[in-house]
Amino acid sequence: MTSRADFTEQDDALRFSGALVLARLGDLPQRLESLSQPPRTIDLSGIDRIDTVGAWLVHRLARDSNAEVTGANADAQRLIDQVSQLDKPLQVRPDATPPFVRVLAQMGAATVSAFRMLYGLVGFFGAILVSTWDIIREPRRFRGNAIARQFEVVGVDALGIIGLMSFLIGIVIAQQGAVQLRQFGAEVFTINLIGRITLRELGVLMTAIMVAGRSGSAFAAQIGSMKLAEEVDAMRTIGVSPVEALVIPRVLATVAMMPLLGFYSALVAIIGGGLFCWISLDIPLITFFQRIREVVPITDLWVGLLKAPVFGLIIAMAGCFNGMQVHGNAEEVGLRTTAAVVQGIFLVIVLDAFFAVFFSSIGWV
Amino acid sequence: MSKAEDDIVISVRGLRNAFGDQVIHDGLDLDVHRGEILGVVGGSGTGKSVLMRSIIGLQYPEAGEVHVFGQSMIGRDDTEAVDVRKRWGVLFQGGALFSTLTVAENVEVPLREYYPALDQQLLDEIASYKIMMSGLPADAAPKYPSELSGGMKKRAGLARSLALDPELLFLDEPTAGLDPIGAAAFDELTKSLKETLGLTVFLITHDLDTLHAICDRVAVLADRKVIAVGTIPELLALDHPWIQEYFNGPRGRAALDAKR
Repeated sequence: MTSRADFTEQDDALRFSGALVLARLGDLPQRLESLSQPPRTIDLSGIDRIDTVGAWLVHRLARDSNAEVTGANADAQRLIDQVSQLDKPLQVRPDATPPFVRVLAQMGAATVSAFRMLYGLVGFFGAILVSTWDIIREPRRFRGNAIARQFEVVGVDALGIIGLMSFLIGIVIAQQGAVQLRQFGAEVFTINLIGRITLRELGVLMTAIMVAGRSGSAFAAQIGSMKLAEEVDAMRTIGVSPVEALVIPRVLATVAMMPLLGFYSALVAIIGGGLFCWISLDIPLITFFQRIREVVPITDLWVGLLKAPVFGLIIAMAGCFNGMQVHGNAEEVGLRTTAAVVQGIFLVIVLDAFFAVFFSSIGWV
Repeated sequence: MSKAEDDIVISVRGLRNAFGDQVIHDGLDLDVHRGEILGVVGGSGTGKSVLMRSIIGLQYPEAGEVHVFGQSMIGRDDTEAVDVRKRWGVLFQGGALFSTLTVAENVEVPLREYYPALDQQLLDEIASYKIMMSGLPADAAPKYPSELSGGMKKRAGLARSLALDPELLFLDEPTAGLDPIGAAAFDELTKSLKETLGLTVFLITHDLDTLHAICDRVAVLADRKVIAVGTIPELLALDHPWIQEYFNGPRGRAALDAKR
C-alpha cells in the first residue's frame, strides 16, 4: 500500500512525498490553495508514483507561482510535459442564458413546434390521401398481407384488454349510477345510464384511449426505430413508398378496427352493467336487455360508430407521423412515442367535444 | 505473489459462455500482460465483445474464472468490484456517452462518483486536459454527444475512460467506422497514451492496420476459444487456415505491405 500524497514547505521550497495519484490525493488540492507563500522550487524527488492528475497539480502550481520543478524522474517529467502541452483554457460549460430569456425562448420554441406539428400533420394527411388515391388507381399495390397483419395487432390482440377494461367500466357506471339514482328512488334508470353512455360516449372514447396507448405508441416506436436504422431510407431508394408500405396499412387497420372495437367495448360494458344490476339491484338480465332496447335510441349506436373511424384515423396518423419525425438518436424514439400518445388522445377528446355538439344540434339526442 | 503473476493483469481460465443452445466460448484461456497492447481478433460472431463483457463483469459466464489485477471478477457484487473498476477504463463501440451531459460533464462523471472531494475548478481542469489528451478540438467540451461526429464521440468516450487514470484500458473496435486518417490518428493516440501513461490495453479490432501498427501481441478467437496468442510473425508461422486467411488474405497482405 502506498502512502498518501503529502507535501512539506520549507521556506520557498515545496517538497512532495507519497503517491501523487488521484486515489491518494485526499485534501491535497485544497491545502495547495492555501500555501503560506508561493514556492520557488517544487521538489518531486520524494514521490513514489505520479499520475496525470498529480502531474496536473504540479504543473498548475509551477505555472501559477513561476516555480521550478526539480527532482522529477523520467516518468514524472514525461507526464508533466504531457499535461503542460495540453494546458489550454477550455470552455467547459455551454453558454448560459438568463432565465427570463430562456423561458421566452422555450415558449417561442413550443409555439413554433406546435404549429409545425399541425402543419406537418396536415401535410401527412395529404400524403396519406395521395397514396390512397395511388392505390385505388393501381389496386395491385394494395398490401393485403400487411393490412391483415395490422388487423390482428390492432384489433384481435386488443380484445382481451379492452374487454376487461370495458367490463369493469360497465360495473363502475352501474354501481355509481345506482348509488346516486337511489336517492330519487329512480334506481331503474341506471339501465338508461349504462346503455346510453356506453354506446354513445364511453365505449368508443375508452377504446380510443386504449388504442392510442397500445397501437399509436407502437406505430411511433416501430416506424421511429425503422427510421433510425435507415430502413425507411432503404425503402425509398428501392422505390417503395414508405407511406404506402408502412403508414397506409396501419391507418387502414386502425380505421377499420376502431368501430368494431368500440362496439365490442360498449357491448361488454353493457354486459358488465347488466350483471351488476342483476346481482346488486335484482333486475333480471332479460328485463335489463329489454329495457336497454327500449331506452337506447338507435342514433346512439350511430353516434358511437360514426366517431370511431375518425378517432382511429387521428390515432394512427399521430402515431405514424411522429414515427416518421424521428431522426438522430434513440432518445428521440422515446420522445416521439410519448408525443404520439399525447397528441392522439388530445385530438380525440377535442374532436369528441365537437362531435357531441354536432350530433346534439342535428337532433340526435 | 511472484513476479510472473504480478505481471499478468487479466487472466481468463476455462471461460464458458452460452446463449441458450448457442455456445460462444468453451474452455477459453487468455492472459494479458502488464504494459502490452493485446489485440483480439476473430470472425464476426466469435464472441470478441462477449469476452470483453465477461472480463469487465457485464456478462455472467456459465463457467470459468476471470481475474483482473489478481482479483476474481466472478460472483462479486458491485460494491466489491469498485476497487477494480476504478483501475480500468472502458471505451464502448459507439462511445456510450451519456446523452444528457456535455462532453466535459461526461468526463467528470467517474471523477465525481469516486472522488466527491474534488472541487469544481479542479474537475473542470482535469476534464479539459483529458479532452485535449484524447485529441478532441478545444470547442468540443461544452457540446452534447448528439452534436458530435462518430469519430469525436469515440474520442470523447476515450477521454471519459481515461478520467480516472486507469492502468487498464478496454477498447471495443475503436477504429470501426472511422476514416483511414482518423483511424490512423486513433492508433497513434492509443500508442502514445500507452507509452506516456503506462497503460495495458485490451483492444478488440477488425482493423488489420491497427494490429500491425500498435499491437504487441494478438489473440485469435475461433472455435469457441483463443486458438493462438503471439506477435504477428509468430501467428503467421502457425498453420491454422483461419489465421492464414486472415493475415495472408488480400487485405492482410496490403496491411503487411503498408507496415513495411
